[in-house]
Amino acid sequence: MSDDQQPTDQPPESEVSEVSDAAEERARQLRQQVEQRPTIPIDQFKRKSRRSFLTGAAGVAGAFLGWRWIQDQGTDDGIPQVLRNTLEVNEGLWSNLSKNRTAPEYPVSKATPIQVNGRIGIRTDVDIDDWALVVEGPDGEQIDELDLADFEAMPQDDMVIEHKCIEGWSSIVHWGGVRYRDFHERYADEVGDVKYVGLETPDGQYYVGWDIESILNPQTMLALREGTEPLDQAHGAPLRLATPNKYGIKCLKRIGVIRYTNERPPDYWAERSYDWYAAL
Amino acid sequence: MSTDALPVDEPATEPIDEPVAGPVDGPVDGSAAEPVARLKHPRAIRWLHWINFPLLFVMIWSGLRIYWAEDVYAFGIGSWQWFAFFPEAIYENLDLERRLARGMAFHFAFGWLFVINGVIYTIYLALSGEWRTILPDRRTPKEAKDVVLHDLHLKKKAPPQGIYNAAQRMSYTIVLIMAAIIVVTGFAIYKPTQLYPLPLLFGGYQGARVIHFAMTIGLLLFFLVHVIQVIRAGWNNFRAMVTGYEVEYPGTITDEDDGRPPSDPASGDEVDTSADVDEESPVDAAAEVAR
Repeated sequence: MSDDQQPTDQPPESEVSEVSDAAEERARQLRQQVEQRPTIPIDQFKRKSRRSFLTGAAGVAGAFLGWRWIQDQGTDDGIPQVLRNTLEVNEGLWSNLSKNRTAPEYPVSKATPIQVNGRIGIRTDVDIDDWALVVEGPDGEQIDELDLADFEAMPQDDMVIEHKCIEGWSSIVHWGGVRYRDFHERYADEVGDVKYVGLETPDGQYYVGWDIESILNPQTMLALREGTEPLDQAHGAPLRLATPNKYGIKCLKRIGVIRYTNERPPDYWAERSYDWYAAL
Repeated sequence: MSTDALPVDEPATEPIDEPVAGPVDGPVDGSAAEPVARLKHPRAIRWLHWINFPLLFVMIWSGLRIYWAEDVYAFGIGSWQWFAFFPEAIYENLDLERRLARGMAFHFAFGWLFVINGVIYTIYLALSGEWRTILPDRRTPKEAKDVVLHDLHLKKKAPPQGIYNAAQRMSYTIVLIMAAIIVVTGFAIYKPTQLYPLPLLFGGYQGARVIHFAMTIGLLLFFLVHVIQVIRAGWNNFRAMVTGYEVEYPGTITDEDDGRPPSDPASGDEVDTSADVDEESPVDAAAEVAR
């Protein structure tokens, strides 16, 4: 808009003093913002006005109907279908936008003990000596069974990462254990280009689903230790998942089954209205 | 200055007065006594403004459902809390409890619409030149303070204004900045790994959460003051955001607008002498902002 020219064609009031010049000029410049805008006669305005208010009323009605449409449609795992679809669109977007990015890691001195948030699937203590982990291939057949000694024999790693709970809190945790991708090497040929991994507690009460790319991220760990100590029962002894790249709801404690599959695995919290992908 | 200006978003107390041109101005078939309607808000601004309203509402509502799950923020020192966000009654009455998952589902769907609407608005402001009516220039902060004082009846004369008064310009600009911050911190919380190192700008993941929350409270406060001021400003002003046009009644022109220089004592204090150097060349608001 060309409001940069307002020289002396202003209606002249003879006494233009030096002092008042600045304020006068300022007022005139600002007034020009208004004066530049077109005017219309009142009867034309009345017609426009009626149309605008009718449009506005239609807009309000449309917004109301849109809201009802969202609320009244069928749900998919607890949330309206359109919102579930949107979560999946978001998943497609973010999983393709940048692959295999890693979160920052911290010095060990920053780590703090992690709080216990949930006991689903681990309400009774497990006998570590009896514990075994079953690995299943995409055809549903058991392809391996491992005990704690097997995991202790695998290459060990450490990471100090920010664990993020979907509720909002986070804490920097020192995990020790086996990187999932190292574990996966043992079965890579056997399972081939599989799309998903489903994990379950031994009692089947808690179960999570992971896409293969996320679980093969170098920061996804099968943790045996918090700090240098073996995991205690409440934190998922003897073996749990840990990652900074998905919410804590995906970090299954006390893993009993690891199932390679091409079907999207069921997920405890996704069935209860949450996002299946839950990636950060 | 921003603390002065933030809550004051003030269409002039007598809404139809100040921006009105002199009677000679109206191209109304000769009769100067006839009111005319003058365009105030272009169509795009009106649509984007009204679309933003329900979107922002859904974002704040679903955001509070998310916040409920870990409602740790409070004003206070040490263990003494002056005000904790939020009192239990608010959660109960607004159905915010145990709705984290639904809150997230709505937040991450409507968030896109909120962002798209805001981006279009920003682009429109930039390309149309409408930004000149909103962005403050060098003198706006002081004028905004005067608007506040005038509003509180501590100052007789309101400073000159264009489409918006100085306090409106300050607050609309600050709100736009807050909206930008809320979007960027929102993304930092939403995808802290994917968008790393974005969270670092805000002191990390938890820092981004605090800022995101603070901006929400800021927008709520703005909304509160905005509604109060719109009510105070009256129907003609409100109608302009629906129809685009504000009706000008020639009978109600103020002194300030009839071409008289502000030599009267009441307005004398409004002359910003420090700006005198620039006054030879008429510098419009736009050019000043551009510096």
